[in-house]
Amino acid sequence: MTTMTAPPVAPEQNLRLRARRLPVVALLGIAVAAVAVAALLVYATGIGGFALVVALAMLLYLVGLFAASSAVEGRRQARNRTWSALIHSAFVLALLPLISVVWTLLSNGMERLDRTFFLTSMNNIGARDPNGGAYHAIVGTLEQVGIATLITVPLGLACAIYVVEYGRGRFAQLIRFFVDVMTGIPSIVAGLFVLAFWILIVSPYLNDGRPGYSGFAASLALSVLMLPTIVRSTEEMLRLVPAPLREGSYALGVPKWKTILRIVLPTAAPGIVTGVMLAIARAAGETAPVLLVAGGGAAINFNPFENNQSSLALFVYQQAGDASRYAPARAWAAALTLVALVLILTIAAKLLARRNRFGR
Amino acid sequence: MAMRIEATNVTAYYGGFKAIENITLTVEPKTVTALIGPSGCGKSTFLRSINRMHEVLPGARVDGRLTIDGQDIYDRDVDVTAVRRMIGMVFQRPNPFPTMSIFENVVAGLRLNGVRKKSILEEAAERALRSANLWDEVKDRLDKPGAGLSGGQQQRLCIARTIAVEPQVVLMDEPCSALDPISTLAIEDLMFKLKDRYTIIIVTHNMQQAARVSDKTAFFSIERTGDPGRLIEYDDTQKIFSNPSEKKTEDYITGRFG
Ligand SMILES: Nc1ncnc2c1ncn2[C@@H]1O[C@H](COP(=O)(O)OP(=O)(O)O)[C@@H](O)[C@H]1O
Ligand SMILES: [Mg+2]
Repeated sequence: MTTMTAPPVAPEQNLRLRARRLPVVALLGIAVAAVAVAALLVYATGIGGFALVVALAMLLYLVGLFAASSAVEGRRQARNRTWSALIHSAFVLALLPLISVVWTLLSNGMERLDRTFFLTSMNNIGARDPNGGAYHAIVGTLEQVGIATLITVPLGLACAIYVVEYGRGRFAQLIRFFVDVMTGIPSIVAGLFVLAFWILIVSPYLNDGRPGYSGFAASLALSVLMLPTIVRSTEEMLRLVPAPLREGSYALGVPKWKTILRIVLPTAAPGIVTGVMLAIARAAGETAPVLLVAGGGAAINFNPFENNQSSLALFVYQQAGDASRYAPARAWAAALTLVALVLILTIAAKLLARRNRFGR
Repeated sequence: MAMRIEATNVTAYYGGFKAIENITLTVEPKTVTALIGPSGCGKSTFLRSINRMHEVLPGARVDGRLTIDGQDIYDRDVDVTAVRRMIGMVFQRPNPFPTMSIFENVVAGLRLNGVRKKSILEEAAERALRSANLWDEVKDRLDKPGAGLSGGQQQRLCIARTIAVEPQVVLMDEPCSALDPISTLAIEDLMFKLKDRYTIIIVTHNMQQAARVSDKTAFFSIERTGDPGRLIEYDDTQKIFSNPSEKKTEDYITGRFG
């Protein structure tokens, strides 16, 4: 038919779904131009160096992107592109320190990451001896953190369960308050506390009258540091478990304690494991309390309840300050070992928590 | 065996707020009773006081007398968990346990109450799933997560979970309100089937559903917001929907109010 259709009510461009887009080539062009201009400006004037070029190029890229996009695609799309670019660069910026740390650790730590390092201690290693290892420190870290975990996980879970599921009124509030206060305790204070309380007052009774350093004392100090982290994170995770799940269990005639153990805790498990791993990672990296109450030491000591023990963090501290020219390499290797250890533990714990989800 | 429920002057509070007042009614064994009424009139509250779920909330309490086959369930030496095992409950939103497989969900009540033997659990799971009209749909994936089912299947899973512990009474709080019409029909069919063995009390906002599935209907209402909910009329479903004695009931079911 030749009859005219009625003119559209809205302006024509509002009915169009397709819009003009900046081609990828244009984005690349803007980036290259931004880097070029930034480099020219910085090196021509002679102020600043590489870092300034990157920062300036980023700024120029954002401005250029906004201008080009505004002209071709319109304001909404331009804002979208600029903010996306900003968020991506923030992500890269946040990742830089991590990459840098990993790179530094790897490049410096690989040198001494050999058999001797894992199989020997620092016993009888003189300043001119390039050998020596961190076996004793690894044993110390594993034992101290392990014992601290054995102490704090049951205690922390019980405390969080009490506060969330049973605690009513003032007493529960008081506990929450003290847990908050504990979160703020500096590690050196925790170490001093154990030194004053355990080493000087309690340990003489167990040790024929003489105060004794021990790995166990370090575990106690680490426990003081781990407990609040575990309680708080577990608390948050328990609160996230929806009430209908609890009620569904009660409605089957399941008692409250069993509901908590078999329904609530498994549901919250992945989050709780994350919290525990954060606490473990923090404890494994503590130096001051171990130095104060375990005393360090160069020899292998498997017994956490008697005599000095070292730990990886303490080993790093001591080797980094050592006069021997072979010490720094050992410090780096130990630092790398520590990070790898925490990483492996974290991954293992996550896998375990995930596997339990549908296990029979 | 199913049991008679008698409520006498049941009044329930949330802290200082009185949600229902002086509810008195008797539910006969092996019948379906529908609770209807406008939102907020206390249907859920009444339902939850029948299996002592009301008191789970802090500050909530119940006055009056509720008996099941003559035993007062609010008696001081009554074990709450025994009451809840006898009076099961299905909730408005399906709430399968997310960490458990379909099989584990169905036998959760048995297992958490101490039944260990695998053969018993497997038998109970199949029986409950068949009763809940779900067996054919899930028999090949019993070890898959319960949360992976569709909404209607999840609700039937929750029903299977409830009847796996062999209760005498099944309470259902708007069990179909989150479901599509087909799943709703599946659950209504199920109610007819379950009536042979269980006493069922169901809260519903769907008048046709109440008329279809129930033998008796209780109409609850409130005067004004803030007032406690009261039982306005309780009678045979047939009578309530054809010739109610109360003007309010008639207004409500014909859609003039509520
Ligand atoms: N957890 C609660 N805390 C306080 N008041 C509540 C709670 N649950 C329900 N109520 C109140 O109790 C009254 C009855 O609610 P409910 O039994 O859920 O009504 P219905 O199921 O009939 O819609 C309403 O006024 C409601 O606001
Ligand atoms: Mg309700």
